[in-house]
Amino acid sequence: MSGELSYLGVSLSRPRVAFFELTSCEGCQLQIFNKEATLIDFLSLVEPVNFREVMDEKSNDYQIAFVEGAVTRQDEVVKLQKIRENAEILVALGSCACFGGVAQLKNRFNDMEWVKKEVYGDYPIDTQQARPLSAEVKVDLEIYGCPIKKEEVERIVVDLLVGKAITHPKYPVCMECKANENICLFDLGEPCLGPVTRGGCDSWCPNSRMGCWGCRGPAEAANMDQMIKIMARHGISRETMLDRLECFGGFAGYVEEMRTDETNEDIQGNSE
Amino acid sequence: MIFRVFNKEELSALFDVLAENIIVGPVEKALDKDGIPLYSFELVRDYEELRLQYPSTKISAKKYFLPHNETLSSFSVDKEGWTKHVDYNIYKPLVFFGMHACDINALNKLDKVLLESVYPTPYYGSKRKNMFIVGVNCTPQSHCFCRDMGADTVQHGFDMFLTDLGDRYFVEVLSAEAFNYLDRINSREAVEVDHLDYMKRVKERIGKFTSKVDTTDLTKILDMEFDAEVWREWGEKCLSCGTCANVCPTCYCYGVDEQVDLDLKGAHKIKHLHSCNLLDFAEVAGGHNFRPESYIRLKYRYYHKHRGFVEAFEESLCVGCGRCGEACLADITVPEVIASVRGEG
Repeated sequence: MSGELSYLGVSLSRPRVAFFELTSCEGCQLQIFNKEATLIDFLSLVEPVNFREVMDEKSNDYQIAFVEGAVTRQDEVVKLQKIRENAEILVALGSCACFGGVAQLKNRFNDMEWVKKEVYGDYPIDTQQARPLSAEVKVDLEIYGCPIKKEEVERIVVDLLVGKAITHPKYPVCMECKANENICLFDLGEPCLGPVTRGGCDSWCPNSRMGCWGCRGPAEAANMDQMIKIMARHGISRETMLDRLECFGGFAGYVEEMRTDETNEDIQGNSE
Repeated sequence: MIFRVFNKEELSALFDVLAENIIVGPVEKALDKDGIPLYSFELVRDYEELRLQYPSTKISAKKYFLPHNETLSSFSVDKEGWTKHVDYNIYKPLVFFGMHACDINALNKLDKVLLESVYPTPYYGSKRKNMFIVGVNCTPQSHCFCRDMGADTVQHGFDMFLTDLGDRYFVEVLSAEAFNYLDRINSREAVEVDHLDYMKRVKERIGKFTSKVDTTDLTKILDMEFDAEVWREWGEKCLSCGTCANVCPTCYCYGVDEQVDLDLKGAHKIKHLHSCNLLDFAEVAGGHNFRPESYIRLKYRYYHKHRGFVEAFEESLCVGCGRCGEACLADITVPEVIASVRGEG
């Protein structure tokens, strides 16, 4: 697709964009092509030059690289470094790229050799602790979510094009959930991480009466001490809460603290 | 004031004559984990769905006059320039069937800010002026403190107000439209026995308030206790999630976003209701935040409701509906916060 782009008489350049995946389900890239109603408009804003899911052509001449997935192998480190060299703007696309995502669940096991053996048997394979892109290279922009929300990517691309500042909500999911007038999941007896998870998803899961799992990572003023109390008050076990906090990796720091607290309590408990 | 009376069986007839318009009223939205119904204001298509005896709704009726998200204007852009389109987003009048006194008082308070101020907002005004309100009396719940806020009864801002007298409804009539609607059903003028029953009902209701907020000298006390330690304690609990503002019938603060359309052929200016408890609330260009600490944000919400508004309008911006405390997962309630500031917590 070609043609001059302009807005309010100012011509805009159509950025050459590339999509890549590391360890992931490629669901975020699929999201980009999932919303057919706006696909043509989206594709007329950018010029995809590398997108394995939908095209054969491959070029290393691009301005914006969208990278999905976590880093879990050495060849991915090399691939990511090359992308970083080529791209003016490197975007971490989705929870795996931002936080390690579901793949980082294996990090809770200390012995990576044991993990490898358990999953792959004796098959020789390189596997390391799952890491976000930012652990290896400089990331210019993070787009959160598992999966990403197409509307948000569209907004960000338009903002990039017209030169607007790109902002993420700092407030938690509750804000949008209440605006959608959902019934609070806690009233229904369900656990939900909405009070501490970054908004911007339009409370996607609670809209379907499913409690938040924290895929977008912590809100910027996340009050985890209070969240722990709320879960306890509603009879939801600490392990259920930890399961959710651990799922996407965004809360890794908080989880570590909670696990350390538990260990300390155990030690104290045993010595008494 | 005109008082009329109709038998309970006539209520469906009143609904029917009003149903030539779109009716919004309290309905059962779901059951909570203990099987207790949760209510909300929704479009009511069937009289059977209407729950006039509802204790309270989780969220106020705000979305019908201050939508959480509202497009203020849209722009079409072409090579020659751009054109602005303004839409107040009201196409048909709405009948509110079954609003409690607190929620009508909330509208009256909003009127002072959004209609009667130097810069009235047409987006609110267009909706407010196209409402027909049927108020209904209520039973005070454990979280209700409207009586302390002077909002347990309502003097104006509605068309008719129903009080349940057991076998019949006692009706205060405030508008010609309301009078004409009542003329279309089987109603009669109120007589002495109705007046006596009404007064008895009022007395019974007053006895049922359990929650208490002492507002004596509150504006002064808030000034004196500006640096009180209790604000930090409440701030430590606060989730900064905006739930209190979202369920509140009088919180009207907002932000405006401008978004260019994906096809670059237009743009939208969209208003989002905001909350002063959000970290994003007082952040300005360049990233500076005037209220980075949650206890300060929480404090200013109380100062707006119970001090600033009182100084400006001789009344609190809070109507005492208690929804914020009910919805707050951190259990921050107005009666407890005010008591603690007064040194009584």
